[in-house]
Amino acid sequence: MALDKQTVAKVAHLARIRVEEDELETLAGELNSIIGWVEQLGEVDTDGVEPMTSAVDLKLRLREDEITDGDYPDRVLKNGPSTEMHFYVVPKVVE
Amino acid sequence: MESMSDMLKLSLAEARDKLRAKEITAVELTDAYLSAMEQTRDLNCYITETPEKAREMAKASDERLAAGKAGAMEGLPIGMKDLFCTNGVQSTAGSHILEGFTPTYESTVSQNLWDAGAVMLGKTNLDEFAMGSSNLTSYYGGVKNPYTKAGSNQALVPGGSSGGSAAAVAAHAAIAATGTDTGGSIRQPAAFAGLVGFKPTYGRCSRWGIVAFASSLDQAGPMTRTVRDSAIMLGAMAGFDKKDSTSLDMPVPDFEAALTGDIRGMKIGIPKEYRVDNMPADIEALWKQGIEWMKDAGAEVVDVTLPHTKYALPTYYIVAPAEASSNLARYDGVRYGLRVEGKDLNEMYENTRAAGFGAEVRRRVLIGTYVLSAGYYDAYYLKAQKVRTKIAQDFKNAWGQCDLLLTPTTPSAAFAMDEKIDDPVAMYLNDVFTVPASLAGLPGISVPAGIDKDGLPLGLQLIGPAMGEEAVLRAAGVLETAAGFSAKPALMAA
Repeated sequence: MALDKQTVAKVAHLARIRVEEDELETLAGELNSIIGWVEQLGEVDTDGVEPMTSAVDLKLRLREDEITDGDYPDRVLKNGPSTEMHFYVVPKVVE
Repeated sequence: MESMSDMLKLSLAEARDKLRAKEITAVELTDAYLSAMEQTRDLNCYITETPEKAREMAKASDERLAAGKAGAMEGLPIGMKDLFCTNGVQSTAGSHILEGFTPTYESTVSQNLWDAGAVMLGKTNLDEFAMGSSNLTSYYGGVKNPYTKAGSNQALVPGGSSGGSAAAVAAHAAIAATGTDTGGSIRQPAAFAGLVGFKPTYGRCSRWGIVAFASSLDQAGPMTRTVRDSAIMLGAMAGFDKKDSTSLDMPVPDFEAALTGDIRGMKIGIPKEYRVDNMPADIEALWKQGIEWMKDAGAEVVDVTLPHTKYALPTYYIVAPAEASSNLARYDGVRYGLRVEGKDLNEMYENTRAAGFGAEVRRRVLIGTYVLSAGYYDAYYLKAQKVRTKIAQDFKNAWGQCDLLLTPTTPSAAFAMDEKIDDPVAMYLNDVFTVPASLAGLPGISVPAGIDKDGLPLGLQLIGPAMGEEAVLRAAGVLETAAGFSAKPALMAA
């Protein structure tokens, strides 16, 4: 399936990346060449094959649900572009 | 005291031994490398240099050496790929969006290296978020390969994504450096720069504190001048870490002890699917030569088949962007790095990410978002995960017939920085021989094995079964000795 400009604009919004109108055409071309190329996977018979979700055979470990880290808000917030009173500051989201 | 030029020629293992024998000091060695970094600054190996920290660490190393408390990497000055978070030192991942980001914590792998006594020279350049095979996608500029074609001064790429690490070690601007490998990012630049690059089994090295690209594939490893150096450094980097949920909970073997030089009776598999169309004759010939070297050392060579090899790259280019689109969602202008204001929260996100991400990262995030989006998830992402199972199964079947696989590392030698590669898929083909082992989580090493007609380094790759690092290193050592790689880059500190 070919990605048109509209689809690219929609995907860009889903990814929260602003893409200028005049870039959509080129980007659609590039994405189509990649998507067209990966579609060769359709040739592989994968009936009854389990999807691989981990690179090595291992069971995820469990641990007690307890606090093991934290209590240093200054360190956590140190790199925030805008912070106040131990909070991140963002543009107003509720009217 | 040895001359600076003599010190820079020492391998990591040789320098370690001389430090312990008190023939040189860590401060002398570090000063030699700091001066080498200045000499080679034109290559753009480092995004951030940390000379003061290096001298301070070297001084502490000399004290530990004097007290007989030397660690495995004591006093050895290394480059740290700028994908590892380092406490109090800017960590950019090669991206504008993380410019100025100064972590308040240390990645496990870098901490392990400091605990073993290593000295940090600086943070090495890389493709943005480790996405690339040329180092050209770095926001901080491309890196020049210290090697050039015979009789030419045209600048070549060092490969990627660990291009700064590769160039630094080859140009003697670091005795060794860390790399990370998602689809070939350690092995391909090692091949392009005449180095040993080792991606261990997925889970050997903790991912904690490494800026995430594709979490089911990312793995750290050493980039060094010799196989012995690789064994020493990997031993210091590896180990179980409870902060990484996919860390392997098993003891770290003495990798250096695995270098016995004896591979008699070892079975080396040659996968026929790695004979790709248009492979340069030099690489084909080198591969054949490698097979002969293995036979001469007493190994048995067997033909094997990995039938799904051709599907590895397209599988990777669904799985890796999908994971990247999820991992990179955190760069939102709120918690770290760049923020570009907008009229509301969504516009702030969109403006920040548009300004902060380069073209290749944007392309991969969009591909990843698309293949994970409603209606396409099964057709692309789930399908790719199933094919990944078949690729991993191919390797499992091969281990029934052989102990290791021998292949070329890359389908070409280093290419020019100004060679315009407009087609993203053409660039992706660089990783055709390295991606399959990444998808299967297997250890793979690139060993410098020869030069092409233009005098550029070429690598051969050995792949082993999961946790098979010792056998991989043993055979790599034999390959290294047989090849006797002695080419030297045109641009090298002395």
